[in-house]
Amino acid sequence: MDTTRLTRLTDYSWQIDPEGGMRVPAIIYADQQLIEQMDDKVYEQVTNVAKLPGIVSASYAMPDAHWGYGFPIGGVAAFDPNDDGIVSAGGVGFDISCGVRDLHTGLTRADIEPVKINLANSLLRDIPAGVGSTGHIHLDKTGMDAMLEGGAEWAVKSGYGMAEDLDRIEEHGRVSDAMPDEVSDHAKKRQRNEMGTLGSGNHYLEIQEVIEVYDHETARIFGITTGDIIISIHCGSRGLGHQIGTEFLKRMVISAANYGIKLPDRELACAPLTSPLGKSYLGAMRAAINCALANRQIITHITRNVFHHFFPQIHLDLLFDVSHNTCKLEPHTVNGKKCKLYVHRKGATRAFSPGNPDLPDVFQHSGQPVLIGGSMGTASHILAGNAGNDQLSFSSACHGAGRSMSRRQAFKSWRGRQVSDELAERGIIIRSHTSRGIAEEAPGAYKNVDAVVDAADHAGLARKVAKLQPVICIKG
Amino acid sequence: MKTNDECRWEHFSHEADMGIRGYGNTLEEAFSQAALAMTAVICELNTVIPLIPRKIECEAPDPELLFVDWLNALVYEMAVSKMLFSRFDIKINKSTLRATAWGEPVDQARHQAAVEVKGATYTELKVNREHDGAWIAQCVIDV
Repeated sequence: MDTTRLTRLTDYSWQIDPEGGMRVPAIIYADQQLIEQMDDKVYEQVTNVAKLPGIVSASYAMPDAHWGYGFPIGGVAAFDPNDDGIVSAGGVGFDISCGVRDLHTGLTRADIEPVKINLANSLLRDIPAGVGSTGHIHLDKTGMDAMLEGGAEWAVKSGYGMAEDLDRIEEHGRVSDAMPDEVSDHAKKRQRNEMGTLGSGNHYLEIQEVIEVYDHETARIFGITTGDIIISIHCGSRGLGHQIGTEFLKRMVISAANYGIKLPDRELACAPLTSPLGKSYLGAMRAAINCALANRQIITHITRNVFHHFFPQIHLDLLFDVSHNTCKLEPHTVNGKKCKLYVHRKGATRAFSPGNPDLPDVFQHSGQPVLIGGSMGTASHILAGNAGNDQLSFSSACHGAGRSMSRRQAFKSWRGRQVSDELAERGIIIRSHTSRGIAEEAPGAYKNVDAVVDAADHAGLARKVAKLQPVICIKG
Repeated sequence: MKTNDECRWEHFSHEADMGIRGYGNTLEEAFSQAALAMTAVICELNTVIPLIPRKIECEAPDPELLFVDWLNALVYEMAVSKMLFSRFDIKINKSTLRATAWGEPVDQARHQAAVEVKGATYTELKVNREHDGAWIAQCVIDV
């Protein structure tokens, strides 16, 4: 990105002043190198978002921002329902509530090493993953609707996990006001056999080791220390979320003109929050969030069963569960005034600061755990929502590294076997049903996640707490 | 992947995902070639045997929306039938598309399918006729 078009606010924030229809400025959080490497499309997209009706304060881009659809991936924007604010299906994305869940194991590397190969093989065998895979749970209409309303809470009631798991999930594992009736039969049919499946592409289940702790007090609150083994699950709302995204995007594209909304880019398709279409989308999207939460809960249950086989006394307690692609109604303070806003986070993590009443008691002093996924072979990070970030980004932070190379380029550059072998030499076991998938997800195809989290930390969005390194990776 | 000068497909770069583009002598051919490009994002096209037919229909107010709808109808069929497709017979009459897609059930070991397609997007969406008379149909798909 050409930095001469930007006003530098601090070492880690850059502003695009309002111009040509922008209702608010755009603010990008990044250091000098990240901003220079950022695609010009991010400039265009973060600017376009600033033109949407009812946007509040600014259109934000996180340090891992890259070219998305309408909204940049790594985009955050809040809309006021009392000021003609909108909700955008493109501003949430196709993989609604894709997210990361971390589990404590109480194990160390030394415990894992003797069973590493068998553990990896068992996880690959038992967790449905990859193109064409189906889950073990098949929901009828009543079951589907109960799941869409109940989220992880439904899953726990159905025997997948423990009630205390819910304390460590955003919204206590269940988003209210989900409307299963607004979810089409097509979306439900697409999900019928996909509960408890990992998906494909960049989705994974990893066994990771905490290799460095930066903030010992927060790490203590989170229950982690150097040498700990953590399980990290990255997946979303599967076919149901994809279908809802697809259908509402089209409906919003077609109806935008009727609502008097001039779209700078078709992909920014949106509807007023108070319109029938806007309400219908919010109800369906919330059902998809619950679907993602239930899905990660079921995968947690399967993972626990696998681990019990190897470690009969083990408890895999949740550290936390975060979602990346959402639109949520949240209280915020703008210009000293309290208001309720619909915050879109597209490839961005909610990062509530210490004292936020919606955080579980245990995180009141630390702020919300922010789980940043790497790709196989690259590091993951745990951060904590920083005090004051409400005024910076509606309490949001980055979500991952982002690709530096397209899938096609990666597939041309590496062979799957070669990537697996190289990682094995570093002590990292990769298991997947597809060698092409491994090549496309090669560590070299991703940006350096360390630089992204450093920028998030320095910008004041979230504090670095710990760095983790993969030991086993099950690729979807 | 050329079948003749006007009838071919290709991928184009998108930072996170993948662009697909089909060229044809007719609108139908361009749509068909783009669908081949989509399967080629998932796996090697020549591993998919066009064995079983599936009927697909969609309707949209303009050719670009119809193109996205066509791809999304295929994404849906792949997801629900757990199939991959490698041959397409398409008829377009104004705003309506009727097609038969030929393919087979996913076989992980043989197809080595790398990614599911989540949906076709309106990003870089273009359906039109070039100066030389060839049709082009393209967009970015989310994987």
